[in-house]
Amino acid sequence: MILQKLKGTWIPLVAIGFGLLAGAIIMLLFGYNPIQGYIALWNGAFENPYFTGETIRLMTPYILSGLAVAFAFRSGLLNIGVEGQVFVGWLAAVWVGTAFSLPAFIHLPLAILAAAVAGGLWGFVPGYLKAKYQVHEVIITIMMNYIALYSTNAIIRNVLTDQGERTDYIAESASLKSAWLTELMEFSNIHFGIILAIFSALFYWYFIEKTKYGFELKAVGFNRDASKYAGMSVKRSIIMSMVISGGFAGLAGAMEGLGTFGYMSLQNSFTNIGFDGIAIALLGGNTAIGVILASGLFGVLKNGALNMPTSAGVPHELVDIITALIIFFVAASYMIILFREQIISMYHKLKHKLSNISSKEGK
Amino acid sequence: MSVLQEIIPSAFLFAAPLIFTALGGVLSERSGIINIGLEGLMVMGAFVGIVVNLELAPFMMENFGSTGKLLTPWISILVAAIVSALFASLHAIATVTFRADQVVTGVAINFLALGVGLFLIKQIYGKGQTDMVDAPLNSTDIPLLSDIPFIGPIFFEGTYYTNWLAVILAFVVWYVIFKTPFGLRLRSVGEHPIAADTVGINVNKMRYIAVMLSGFFGGIGGSVFALTFAQNFSHGTISGQGFIALAAVVFGKWHPLGALGAAIFFGVAQSLSVIGSGIPLLENIPSVYLQIAPYVLTILALVGLVGRAESPKALGTPFIKGSR
Repeated sequence: MILQKLKGTWIPLVAIGFGLLAGAIIMLLFGYNPIQGYIALWNGAFENPYFTGETIRLMTPYILSGLAVAFAFRSGLLNIGVEGQVFVGWLAAVWVGTAFSLPAFIHLPLAILAAAVAGGLWGFVPGYLKAKYQVHEVIITIMMNYIALYSTNAIIRNVLTDQGERTDYIAESASLKSAWLTELMEFSNIHFGIILAIFSALFYWYFIEKTKYGFELKAVGFNRDASKYAGMSVKRSIIMSMVISGGFAGLAGAMEGLGTFGYMSLQNSFTNIGFDGIAIALLGGNTAIGVILASGLFGVLKNGALNMPTSAGVPHELVDIITALIIFFVAASYMIILFREQIISMYHKLKHKLSNISSKEGK
Repeated sequence: MSVLQEIIPSAFLFAAPLIFTALGGVLSERSGIINIGLEGLMVMGAFVGIVVNLELAPFMMENFGSTGKLLTPWISILVAAIVSALFASLHAIATVTFRADQVVTGVAINFLALGVGLFLIKQIYGKGQTDMVDAPLNSTDIPLLSDIPFIGPIFFEGTYYTNWLAVILAFVVWYVIFKTPFGLRLRSVGEHPIAADTVGINVNKMRYIAVMLSGFFGGIGGSVFALTFAQNFSHGTISGQGFIALAAVVFGKWHPLGALGAAIFFGVAQSLSVIGSGIPLLENIPSVYLQIAPYVLTILALVGLVGRAESPKALGTPFIKGSR
């Protein structure tokens, strides 16, 4: 049992190792010092409370987008639409945050809830179309991303502002920031969203592992026909999976709107929070704890990377190459398994030869 | 008439990179390999196309004068296509040889292309984006054809040779897929790899060829886009065109001519959203509706008109010799 669990964990770890190794080789090839490069990366993530705060701040939406992708993965769906769900969640949170003035204990939860509902609705569309018409969710979610991008921009420009570039700041009562935390982390952009993200991971774990719905979801993910035969509603599971997945993604948007920025500005392109979420879910093996750890890794890599140009002269894009390679190696885990088998068989051959030699010598 | 003359050339210009890339997608998916990495292949094409153009143009112009300037973008496109084909072989190695999840590898390809492109741009030029190219693709009047009354001015005046190359290529790919032994093998590998293997077709080799061809075409698409629209390479040069091309593949039901039609449809929609405000009939519609129209229409088409799209049967599944 323990071995089985370990079997799942060593592949991502080896993949991370390979990715970092490849990054070191690239640095060597281009005449940089890889040790200096990685030290700069590490310092950029943790050197002082400001950097650490920024790392945690970056990690927060990653946890939620990773959970979003992982949740859909569990029922056999690929939610590429997290990008769009982040946008609508962000917009809804900021809308509620700017439109009302309420006591904080109502205002903040209301804004967060609005984000989750908006993301969930955005996830409902592909879920419903998949369940009802068997249209591929990948294509629909890609289309929904663009619809979200253009409509949120139009709403910011025409409804929330008068042809403005960005919305007003949200009311204090809807903000996830706190003076105490900001001061503790030397004025980084850290906010209380990290607590919400960790609670969401707990919810994820509980829902998937401990509830009937979670069980049905996993069953549908394993074998749609068998689940149907067992009397489960496959359609309901598919829709529910996309709605909850979208809800997580909407919360990731709320992190940006209520925490990091406190407003929403016109967007030229996607945030990549959702695309990174795919990598994070995969790296984390679609488990709650795995997603948190993988988000931590991404937060460290991406935030630390910003320190690399100044401290070691390495372009920060190197980290994008490293993360891409990590995803690549995890996806091609069969390669890693083959690699391990190769090493094991080499070891056995060697042992065999050695024992042959020693037995001959014995004669 | 004047409205048509405004919409059609610009729609065509938007469509051409999508057509090239979507044809690559059709070839890859017909062989059973999902290619979400089309975006990355276009990024790679745009990056290589621009860099080759920037580096080659002074040499060509010095030695061959204006002919050299005309040739430079074509050489850039060819090099971009070849490099992207090699880059796509990574996707093939992962998905065919190492049986990786095809969607996830495609996502990795997208990240990798942008990372490599921007990293190398910083190495070469020391900044985040390149200068504008000196020798982009220019519009021309196609001789003879542009003299045809009515049709000539709309389709052949101030157009790009790449536009027509894209259309011709769509018919070539159609012919290859449906009328040649190679095409039959390609389709059989995507529909029933085990049967194909039984009759002696090398499944993995076919899939490698198909994926690398998708890189070749994606590279053309990306470099054509970069050399007509952006004329430089930066973070946002290719922003979503690859995903639209992917949608065109599905919208076109994995058929080269269907993909051609879908790509032209997206081209019209995109050009309307850009120049629509100048057209009498559309000027009162808020631009956001024109912007989201192609995506909404795609969804509606997938649900209603096109019906359940029949993807190649073995799409997404690795071939393991000896399994049933």
